[in-house]
Amino acid sequence: MTLEPGSPGLDAELVVDREGFTLEVSLEVGAGEVLALLGPNGAGKSTALQCLAGLLPLSAGSATLAGRCLDDPVAGVFVPAPERRVGMVFQDYLLFPHLSAVDNVAFGLRARGGGRRRAREQARDWLGRVDLADLADVRPAALSGGQAQRVALARALATRPRLLLLDEPLAALDASTRMQVRSDLRRHLDAYAGCTVLVSHDPLDAMVLADRLVVVEGGRVVQQGTPADVARAPRTDYTARLVGLNLYRGRAQGQSVDVEGGGTLTTAAPVVGEVFLAFAPSAVALHRDEPTGSARNRWRGRVAGLEQRGDTVRVELDASPRVLADVTVAAVAALDLTLGASVWAAVKATEIACYPA
Amino acid sequence: MLLLPAGLGFAFLVLPLLALVVRAPWRALPSLLVSPEVGTALRLSLVCATSATLLCLVLGVPLAWVLARADFPGRRLVRALVTVPLVLPPVVGGVALLLLLGRRGLVGRYLDAWFGISIPFTTGAVIIAEAFVAMPFLVIAVEGALRSADRRYEDAAATLGASRGTVLRTITLPLIAPGISAGAVLCFARALGEFGATISFAGSFPGVTQTTPIAVYLALESDPPAAIALSLVLLGVSVLVLVSLRDRWMTGASR
Repeated sequence: MTLEPGSPGLDAELVVDREGFTLEVSLEVGAGEVLALLGPNGAGKSTALQCLAGLLPLSAGSATLAGRCLDDPVAGVFVPAPERRVGMVFQDYLLFPHLSAVDNVAFGLRARGGGRRRAREQARDWLGRVDLADLADVRPAALSGGQAQRVALARALATRPRLLLLDEPLAALDASTRMQVRSDLRRHLDAYAGCTVLVSHDPLDAMVLADRLVVVEGGRVVQQGTPADVARAPRTDYTARLVGLNLYRGRAQGQSVDVEGGGTLTTAAPVVGEVFLAFAPSAVALHRDEPTGSARNRWRGRVAGLEQRGDTVRVELDASPRVLADVTVAAVAALDLTLGASVWAAVKATEIACYPA
Repeated sequence: MLLLPAGLGFAFLVLPLLALVVRAPWRALPSLLVSPEVGTALRLSLVCATSATLLCLVLGVPLAWVLARADFPGRRLVRALVTVPLVLPPVVGGVALLLLLGRRGLVGRYLDAWFGISIPFTTGAVIIAEAFVAMPFLVIAVEGALRSADRRYEDAAATLGASRGTVLRTITLPLIAPGISAGAVLCFARALGEFGATISFAGSFPGVTQTTPIAVYLALESDPPAAIALSLVLLGVSVLVLVSLRDRWMTGASR
């Protein structure tokens, strides 16, 4: 997409040279759009966020937000962090430990010149929006990981930024709270009118939260597109390994989901309405005959592709729905998998991540 | 094998203090402590040590900030020079202060000629001498706190729109407050016990420059019970300092 001059979006060409490492990433994010930078650790994702936040100057390139140039080394422009309308949620949230939750949220409003009372009122209002009104006077040390994440989000949003930056927003959470916090976060991002750039090394987080993915490896963009596009056609090994998810959209009724393009999948928990379903290729087991195990999802297909990646083989099945499976080289031999062979795929319902579309 | 010398070492450190407590004129203590001479020395010590600590805070915290955060050529040398008073014999410090601020000193002669100000042998001289020997304690404690503080909190504050001054006031200083108060307590204890620099730069005039340690030294000859009483007070203050720093220092060995 191209942004019109003066449009409320972000248009950035980030170039940073740091000891032996070069980051070169172009980003365009429209208002209301959520873009995820996805890549392995050390790919330069966090560096990109620091540049957008104004914590690190660009070596070259430029960054423009809502028609205002934030950074352009050639033109000699650099708007420092406090003067940018950018909110950031840090990986470990960085809530100020000596301030209560409400004072953390009020901090930005106060720093931008708001009166104490009004800032606190607004901060309480924001805490209410993230369902933490009753914890307003609690210090960060007493908050759970999920609660701290929501306070950090409220703190970043309270200053009404044009651009919201999220650095690994779910990485510090344990698996049990992650699912809930993830869907809450998505709800808040849906309601946010500005641009969002989030950084993640977890493909599932990125796919659930983002409208568009930009995959970064070694400081460069290797692929971009909608989550479904990237998942369907990964271009590099990293993308294939991590992003090569089975991702479907469908309509749910109870635990049964009718997948767009054919087929039905069963989920562990009941869901309603339009949903996304995702599971890793490694969660798919292949069988010659109809399996009798506990897996509640079983369907038949024909082998449409075989591709070796290290010591596993990615098998593409032409089925309803189409599915990718990672199996060992030994299994390929044992099952006699060749192009066109007929096999059964099996996936446990508990392996399927399900989230509202 | 090591138990014997270890026990001796412990006794060596503790027995003198025990002797002080055992031989103290406990019965006469209340009347001694309210006697004018003792009261004057204690009051002067308290005023001077507190003033010196405040002076160290005003000058030492910015100095610690520069040492911890600014990057300039010769920073290591500056840091080394700042810590010199820690190892310098205090008497030498007093002599050095005289040579700078005395009536014929490098700066003192102009203070005298232009403003008619003479610093040596005044209460102000006591405060300056105490601050001179005590400030490195504060600077080192605060610099350490600044270095170990997570600077990303400052980044977070900056993204929320806080200027550098606001960040310093509302984030950095509150975060290192434990380090500052520990440094101030150490600084106060060192100032309170100051003897050598004070006596050589400020002399020993009762009520003006005769602080408690100096009074103890002089009373040992003339009035031993008063000397012991004052010593007990100083010991009590030291214990208080240790207690107030216990979380920081007594658990420090296990870190």
